[in-house]
Amino acid sequence: MKKGILLHETADDVGVAVMDLKKGEEVGVVTLEGQSVRQIALVTDVPLGHKVAMQPLAPKQHVSEYGRAIGYASAPIAAGEHVHVHNIKSLRWAASATNLLEK
Amino acid sequence: MTTVHDIPLTGYRRENGRVGIRNHVLILSVDDISNAAVEGVARLIRGTMALTHPYGRLQFGEDLHLTFDTLIGTGCNPNIAAVVVIGIEPKWTDYIVSGIAKTGKPVAGFSIERYGDLKTIEMASRKAKEFVHYASELPRVPVKWDEIWVSTKCGESDTTSGLASNPTVGRVFERLEKNGNTLIFGETTEVTGAEDKIIEQCATPEVAAQFKAAFDNYQQLVESQGVSLMGTQPTEGNIRGGLSTIEEKALGNVEKMGRCKIVGFLKPAQAPKSPGLHFMDSSSAAAEMVTLCCAAGAVLHLFTTGQGNIIGNPIEPVIKLSANPNTVATMSEHIDVDVSGLLRFEFNLDGAADRTMEMMAHTINGRLTSAEALRHDEFVITKLYRSA
Repeated sequence: MKKGILLHETADDVGVAVMDLKKGEEVGVVTLEGQSVRQIALVTDVPLGHKVAMQPLAPKQHVSEYGRAIGYASAPIAAGEHVHVHNIKSLRWAASATNLLEK
Repeated sequence: MTTVHDIPLTGYRRENGRVGIRNHVLILSVDDISNAAVEGVARLIRGTMALTHPYGRLQFGEDLHLTFDTLIGTGCNPNIAAVVVIGIEPKWTDYIVSGIAKTGKPVAGFSIERYGDLKTIEMASRKAKEFVHYASELPRVPVKWDEIWVSTKCGESDTTSGLASNPTVGRVFERLEKNGNTLIFGETTEVTGAEDKIIEQCATPEVAAQFKAAFDNYQQLVESQGVSLMGTQPTEGNIRGGLSTIEEKALGNVEKMGRCKIVGFLKPAQAPKSPGLHFMDSSSAAAEMVTLCCAAGAVLHLFTTGQGNIIGNPIEPVIKLSANPNTVATMSEHIDVDVSGLLRFEFNLDGAADRTMEMMAHTINGRLTSAEALRHDEFVITKLYRSA
């Protein structure tokens, strides 16, 4: 089994792809300590450095990484799906176009 | 099996008991107009280092104090054997000299008024030569890990930072904390989104309250300029790399503190008074932050980068870590510790921490870092507001 996803904490809702992963692939999920914890089938392509859902997430459900909420699901997310700005949002601040150099 | 802890360490034990890993003789400017004389001395006398900067005149209040605290703290850093201070007039020159003299190390001040540059350069050069003889006779002596004050910061971060290089520093910091080391991190604005985690890791409610006050203060400063940090994080580049929210970016940043308890809050350039991890109120601009860590007394810096920040410091050696395979390949001359193997499952976090500590040991023992070899001598004083 090809290892393809790193998990910060074993209970995290999302792991991070350490290579470009393709829809339909089944890859191993490993912790930073080097323990293989499970495997998962990709339901979408996920590029290197991007997140993969470890389990289905319902809209408004908090999404955890590093053992903490990094945002909430803004759309239904399936296990093995790419998790990014299109389906999670910050719990803290809405994105705005404000730039440090702009007023 | 030998471990990194078995590598014998050597350093310079200073008059106040602190341990340095470099042995510079510093020629230090009090103010901008003394830079020419400082550079003159450093060109004449082999083995000296000129430290110049654009400030020191007509500053006032907190801003003046921070500039002076930075200059004094830098002179006090144990990586410095002796200091020649040059300023335009005697009062502020003497203030810097007496601040550095508290360490017990050799320090002498020269002021240019009533002498001019050339006479000042001659007098200061004679003293600098004396200091070079003194410093070059100092032996390296055996030192212990817990005597090495270490600071950290990340820059040009991407997903590999939160995923691998920052957790590597976190694991190193956990080991050093257990070992009794004095440790510093900061970046008051960049932790936005993970400030709750920092507060939870504060050892006491007092430290948490001090951190929260500094954090809120910085947010207000930014907002007072009519801009919002929140709207800029994560950046477009961060998002392309896979970061989705400000919380995620900040949580990746604070991985550098590992599970360490934050035992102290430091004002900019303030020296820690006890072992353990300290949060320093500081800018997130790389050169400013490392300059403040150096002024606080840290002798070795761990800098993680994703896309390839190239910062160094003249006095505090900066070890650069990256887990981004592209950065390690295309900017190899800047990277001291390649931890991209974490992403290829070649080693785990402990393996990455071992590699880092091995490089730290070699650096402590005198190996020049990439930033030192490449002359990345960024010394940048944090300016709080305009001068009078």
